[in-house]
Amino acid sequence: MSAEYAGQSLAPERRAIGAFGDRIFHGVTAVSALIVLALIMGIAVSLVIGAWPALSKFGWHFVVSSEWNPVTDDYGALVAIFGTLVSSALAMLIAVPVSFGIALFITELAPLWMRRPISTAIELLAAIPSIIYGMWGLFVFAPFLSDYVQPWLNDAFGDVPIVGYLFSGPPIGIGVFTAGLVLAVMVIPFITAVMRDTFEVVPSVLKESSYALGATTWEVARSVILPYTKTGVIGGIMLGLGRALGETMAVTFVIGNSHSIPNGLFYPGNSISATLANEFTEATGELYTSALIALGLVLFVITLIVLVLARLLLLRLSAQEGR
Amino acid sequence: MRFTINKALVTAVAALSIWGSATAAVDQIDGAGATFPYPVYSKWAQAYKNKTGVQLNYQAIGSGGGIKQIEAKTVDFGASDAPLKKEELDKNGLMQFPMVMGGVVPVVNIKGMKAGELKLDGKTLAEIYAGKIKKWNAPAIKKLNPNANLPDQQITVVHRSDGSGTTWIFTSYLTKVSDVWANGPGHAKAVSWPTGVGGKGNQGVASYVDRIKNSIGYVEYAYALQNKMAYVQLKNKAGNFVEPTASNFQAAASNADWQNAPGFYEVLTDQPGDKSWPITGASFILMYKQPKNPQVAQAVLKFFDWSYANGDQMANELDYVPMPDNVVKLVQQKWQDQIQGNNGQAIWPPQQQQ
Repeated sequence: MSAEYAGQSLAPERRAIGAFGDRIFHGVTAVSALIVLALIMGIAVSLVIGAWPALSKFGWHFVVSSEWNPVTDDYGALVAIFGTLVSSALAMLIAVPVSFGIALFITELAPLWMRRPISTAIELLAAIPSIIYGMWGLFVFAPFLSDYVQPWLNDAFGDVPIVGYLFSGPPIGIGVFTAGLVLAVMVIPFITAVMRDTFEVVPSVLKESSYALGATTWEVARSVILPYTKTGVIGGIMLGLGRALGETMAVTFVIGNSHSIPNGLFYPGNSISATLANEFTEATGELYTSALIALGLVLFVITLIVLVLARLLLLRLSAQEGR
Repeated sequence: MRFTINKALVTAVAALSIWGSATAAVDQIDGAGATFPYPVYSKWAQAYKNKTGVQLNYQAIGSGGGIKQIEAKTVDFGASDAPLKKEELDKNGLMQFPMVMGGVVPVVNIKGMKAGELKLDGKTLAEIYAGKIKKWNAPAIKKLNPNANLPDQQITVVHRSDGSGTTWIFTSYLTKVSDVWANGPGHAKAVSWPTGVGGKGNQGVASYVDRIKNSIGYVEYAYALQNKMAYVQLKNKAGNFVEPTASNFQAAASNADWQNAPGFYEVLTDQPGDKSWPITGASFILMYKQPKNPQVAQAVLKFFDWSYANGDQMANELDYVPMPDNVVKLVQQKWQDQIQGNNGQAIWPPQQQQ
């Protein structure tokens, strides 16, 4: 039954009402969409206004200075930016391959009876509030790392150049390394859920043809499933990255909250959101508050850059399509 | 027409309104601020509610938050561990008074080290926090503890990650006793810590010290007791090593010259006296001199008056030091002199009602 046919069968007055309803519907959806734009603009504008005293005082110095001193009113965002980017990068480094593995296992390899329980478990993980992850990180995970994992990593890799940086520092269980690991655990369910959903829509015909041609499971995953679902996969990764960049409570618990550039991943550091959570209530003085809002603005900009990069990546990928 | 309504309901409403007007028109007072005195305020509030039915709603959001909230006039009183200077008070039309005193205690986590076993002086403590002394078996620490078994391990310094009145008191002490500290990080609710990890709140610091081996932190005394932490002995101004106890806080507090402190701005760290615990501080209440709702302000003062009079025992149980009676008299005199209702009349002492 085509839409044309349906339209013809209606009486003219019904059609007029339908058109009117359509216009209203169009208006309502347009307004909803515009509200989002207005909100984003509003947030950006109020962040800039709030951050202005700090930005006009420090200028570009704000983004490159590692100073953060409420006593002398000298603020720089470098430590927080560094901690945010490094902990998120570490989280993605771990979470993306693991999520890919889980999603592939659920959709392709697992026996049917196992798929539902694993999927449900993943969704349950996504529903755990971040403060629980933070407390688990501090009370369970950090002591475990400190007692068993970090001393061993220190001994094994501490003296190796470059890699040594990743695994050096006091084995206290609290620091950028732990924050990255906890973040990874937190974003895995998000990325996995999106990947699984997109993997499921790959037409069986495509996969079965490849298997029929003698492809292995890995070859099917690499050459059929991933190209077919790349938009969804990148979307899922970006969702996870967005969550990792902005995550507050869990990071605050385990990152160590220290305003210095860490000399190694085991050293305590700080992230933008953790700094805000820690210091906003107690910030007295215009410049201090303003510097914190400026940090918020920096996070806003970082997220924007990440989104733009993701878009560009997708554009490039679709341009290569069919070659 | 009243007769159509359920009789019981009418009686209840009538009874309620009579009861309401007979006791007080204000049945809830709001405050916000310091976390340091929160345990004792909530204990007082509970007892006061049982007695009078007036509910105190106190949000422990931190000293800075308390100052902000009272300036924004969203609460009836603010609470801060860091007193405001007289000029700041005058600028906002506020007055402040001390409510309760307590101690800040350095705590350590060293294997085999029991509470009160480790001895430090202010200079050494400051140099540990400044990152100058890096190991537990450093000569400066060894000299103070010739018989202690000090490990050859890095010291992990734990400080507050949030701005805090506890930090204000602690850094006030370090600034007084150490040039290294005074010329470096300095004295504030939040400073630029040269080293270490930051925990959120007293509880955060306590749990970090608990978890990190060979660490040192500072917490409010009650937290050290509750978590059974290994506190240290400190050398006070008189040159004696003292333990953090209520009576030693009291000794430090007895030096305070509240009479001559403008706006009750008084810092109790590094006080003279044989028994004085060197890191002692008072917690303050902030109120408007001309409150927008004098009736509520009066209810607030009534609560504090009741707490001054009846709260000493409860404060002692939680290891706080209640204000001495002569200071309470001084405070109540200031209430009378400074806090005025709409007609410019003092709202303290309250007029006998009926």
